[in-house]
Amino acid sequence: MPTNDSRSLHSFIARHVVDIPRSGIRDFFDIVSTMKDVISLGIGEPDFDTPWHVREFTVFALEHGATHYTSNMGLLELRRAIALYVEKTFRASYDPEKEILITVGVSEALDLALRALLNPGDEVLYHEPCYVSYRADVVLAHGRPLTVETRRDNDFRLTRAMLERQATPRTKLLLLNFPNNPTGATLRKEDLEEIAAFARERDLLVITDEIYAELTHDGEHTSIASLPGMKERTIFLHGFSKAWAMTGFRLGYACAPPELTEAMMKVHQYTMLCAPTMSQKAAIEALTKPETDVKVMADEYRRRRNLLVRGFEDIGLPCSRPGGAFYAFPSIGHLGISSRDFALKLLEEEKVAVVPGTAFGACGEGFVRCAYATSMDNLQEAMKRMGRFVKRLKNS
Amino acid sequence: MDELLTILKNNALEKPETIARMLNLSVDEVKKRIAEYEQQGVIRAYQAILNVDQLDLNQVTAVIEVKVTPEREGGFNRVASRISRFPEVQSVYLMSGAYDLLLFVAGRNLKEVALFVSEKLATLDGVISTSTHFMLKTYKHHGVLMETESADERLQVSP
Repeated sequence: MPTNDSRSLHSFIARHVVDIPRSGIRDFFDIVSTMKDVISLGIGEPDFDTPWHVREFTVFALEHGATHYTSNMGLLELRRAIALYVEKTFRASYDPEKEILITVGVSEALDLALRALLNPGDEVLYHEPCYVSYRADVVLAHGRPLTVETRRDNDFRLTRAMLERQATPRTKLLLLNFPNNPTGATLRKEDLEEIAAFARERDLLVITDEIYAELTHDGEHTSIASLPGMKERTIFLHGFSKAWAMTGFRLGYACAPPELTEAMMKVHQYTMLCAPTMSQKAAIEALTKPETDVKVMADEYRRRRNLLVRGFEDIGLPCSRPGGAFYAFPSIGHLGISSRDFALKLLEEEKVAVVPGTAFGACGEGFVRCAYATSMDNLQEAMKRMGRFVKRLKNS
Repeated sequence: MDELLTILKNNALEKPETIARMLNLSVDEVKKRIAEYEQQGVIRAYQAILNVDQLDLNQVTAVIEVKVTPEREGGFNRVASRISRFPEVQSVYLMSGAYDLLLFVAGRNLKEVALFVSEKLATLDGVISTSTHFMLKTYKHHGVLMETESADERLQVSP
């Protein structure tokens, strides 16, 4: 019988936390950060600086005392600006008093939504490859993740049929992220309509993370929240990190029917209290000025996307044309090497960092994520180096 | 504005091959359009943007506000284009407000610019008065900051 002081610290850690694997990205980060002169296509945040007027206004706000708590829901002025923006951009209207909650990034908003809605064992349908947090967040909220694997031969689209195959009577939530990190996939409107119909018929709530919506390169982004009968069963998540290049401000928001917002607010008020006040001020500035900032950056991402897709064609890596975000997800499966080994060897031999697809789910094996949030010069140099590397792999 | 021009304005050295990839066009199409813009005079020149302060050139730049009498038939154009032809005049703009033309004039020193103003500029027919200011330091020129920007501070790999 071990005494108390011999009990290992590890045994104190909650079982469900122990069971969550370390993020594959952290793993890789540790290796990359020891190296010099690496061209990184591994960075999941904009290379643009936050627009100057936003930064300048934040300093002004700090000087004028924006250093106290705000209401739990967030500054009403910001919620009103968000209501206008979401209505105009996503065609979904929300009451700024009751249906919009300001959060610390979409990350917190997602966590709040899951914790507010899940009873232990409730199932959440989500698609992989996907952002690294989804599965872990579901588990942390004591839910059960149900994975739907999207595939390259289908351009990583999600369809109703794929969801139907996985759903069970215990399924409660559907978690969507389009444009998608890491594949860059977007959804066609007809697919989205069928997915919406599926959610209505199965009485599922939908959590939709549309953080990359403004960075849609082909056609127009449609939010599931704007489809008939969906606003009342959707939690719409958005924020300022990507389109406004404001990652470090940590500011996002959730829009949802009043009852759901209230439930999320309860968790938020006891865990976070409120989002940083100066960041909320910054977001008001970002939203209430003309959107040229966003357009200039989105145009540049699209040009880089075009460059990169052609580059992959040239060096013989099959790659679906990413419709949005700033990621390409080329296939390396035919080279007879695992994603992880590909990324490690590429880093070692050519000093280019990409992220193994497996960091985004098991079905990411055979792919690597290349973020084009880096300069055109860097992209061209990286393609040159990857070209050399792939050629060597093919000849070996 | 045509995206092709946006790209060139940002980096005039961008190769047609690269531009073609960015815009999903053929290289020939890009070359053809650039040639057309050059022919039409939309693209007037390609220049490097220098940080002159770093070069120790023995050069001063004056910003000169000029009041002129507009002429019947011709307005400001004739006198403005006369002024523009002096090689020491770098830029000429017609302005609204308290004066009419704004000039950027380069010279080797204060005296040289002063001579230009008193002998060439002020004596031109139609010029009523001038007001000369000397530039001390350039912080930003043609949209380009003159100080080196900070290095990329992002984490090397992030989700």
